[in-house]
Amino acid sequence: METLTILTVDDEIGIRTGVKRALRNFIVSFPFHEDDFNFEIIDAASGEEALEIIYSKHIDIILLDNILPGIEGIEVLEKLKQDNINSAVMMITSHASIDLAVKATDNGAFNFIPKPFTQLELKSAIENITKHLLIKRITHKMKNEAKQIRFQFLSVLSHELKSPINAIEGYLQMMKEEEVGKDISAYKNMIDRSIERINGMRGLIMDMLDLTKIESGKKNRELNKVNIIDIAKMAIDSIIPIAVQKNINIESNFPEELISNVDSTEIEIIFNNLLSNAVKYNKDNGEVNFTIKEENNNIKITISDTGIGMSKEDIARLFKEFTRIKNRKTQNIPGSGLGLSIMKKLVDLNNGSIKVESEIDKGSVFTVYLHIE
Amino acid sequence: MENKDITILIADDDYDYLNQMDFHLKKFGFKTILANSQKECEEIIETTKPNLAIFDLMMENDDSGFILSYKLKKKYPDVPVILASAVSSVTGYIFEQENTDEQNWIKADKFLEKGIRPDQLHREINKLLEL
Ligand SMILES: Nc1ncnc2c1ncn2[C@@H]1O[C@H](COP(=O)(O)OP(=O)(O)OP(=O)(O)O)[C@@H](O)[C@H]1O
Ligand SMILES: [Mg+2]
Repeated sequence: METLTILTVDDEIGIRTGVKRALRNFIVSFPFHEDDFNFEIIDAASGEEALEIIYSKHIDIILLDNILPGIEGIEVLEKLKQDNINSAVMMITSHASIDLAVKATDNGAFNFIPKPFTQLELKSAIENITKHLLIKRITHKMKNEAKQIRFQFLSVLSHELKSPINAIEGYLQMMKEEEVGKDISAYKNMIDRSIERINGMRGLIMDMLDLTKIESGKKNRELNKVNIIDIAKMAIDSIIPIAVQKNINIESNFPEELISNVDSTEIEIIFNNLLSNAVKYNKDNGEVNFTIKEENNNIKITISDTGIGMSKEDIARLFKEFTRIKNRKTQNIPGSGLGLSIMKKLVDLNNGSIKVESEIDKGSVFTVYLHIE
Repeated sequence: MENKDITILIADDDYDYLNQMDFHLKKFGFKTILANSQKECEEIIETTKPNLAIFDLMMENDDSGFILSYKLKKKYPDVPVILASAVSSVTGYIFEQENTDEQNWIKADKFLEKGIRPDQLHREINKLLEL
């Protein structure tokens, strides 16, 4: 049980005691919330007295009469707004004028209850306002959790940036100290590794840019009728230089044309990430098969490789940001672990789905289904 | 005991960092066993008792290093453990040794930031091994 504090501000004693009597044993509960609410009721006979109480004690709900002996109810409301006190205020009015209603709402009053009111009317108003407070609290909590997630992301990111910097610095120190002699050729491996790590950082930065594009672009995606096959061919062209180095053959299997209403940048990023992985995590002389076809109102994209494969546990964590599978086979392959998480975000954005099948040392198959618009 | 009879177990998922540690420790005359994941390190601990261990904090899990030192200490309570990390206090893991409760749980003998100079590392190792 949680107790909310209500302050009744009215110069009529009848109203003050009436509220007390009506709400003394009143309990509000919601199906979506575990805790029930009950109420502690205190009162004030004037605006001045009310302000004194409000500044000394946390008040959840204020029932505020407008016509009071000293300062008016509306002035109390203005003062609360000025001082950023966010109790929920319900105005009690005997003859509600539109003017007052507008002014009160402007100053943050939650709603009105006309005087005289029945116990039932009061209770239903209180129930309403309690729900409003609860929902406000829940959304506030959600915002904090979003902040939390952001913070976690940044701390992982800083770790991902620090690791290559440490590695490069370590090699540079070894060179500076001439740890393996004066002959530069003895340092070839260290130099190569440093360049590799710098390329890794560059990749991370590119991925980060993709991510920000997705985050900020959610609102302004550019959906156009485009031929998906053109994008696929472009993606293959851009991966070929890397595939050639490992003598990997990329087999494609496309229809002439497949037109869909999509954001072409998104589709390009999806293809690039899948192809890059199929090549990176492949073996020398391996195969990549890239198939696109239309199936039951879906575009079915399949990219399979003959590479190192993954275990079931690994697949389960694959789409989380910064996930990299660490073992002897992957230790020399650069990457930031963002590619698939980015891809997943984009597939979600297109209401699509992803399927992963893999067998260690045999290869992996990534299948993406995109709904045809 | 001479350095060449001393085996140091190093676990780190950064290939280059592992390489560099291997290089420096060998140069100091120690033997090394390398693990590039928490999982691989756990397997090594099952069968091998090192004289000292150096664990990276974040590997497959955010707290891989903690888990490893806990497991190592459980099996070989007398083996000193150094926890090394690239994360510093800004990111939330605060390497203060004041909190004794936490220390009891963490069970590491020394916390080091990665990027520490090799000669400093050597000194810390010698201290822990009482050389
Ligand atoms: N086709 C594949 N075969 C085997 N393992 C894969 C494959 N695709 C992804 N993985 C594993 O999943 C991990 C996550 O992949 P992801 O594309 O998200 O990141 P990355 O390739 O490491 O870095 P990035 O793509 O950001 O440069 C990889 O590190 C790799 O271990
Ligand atoms: Mg990738």
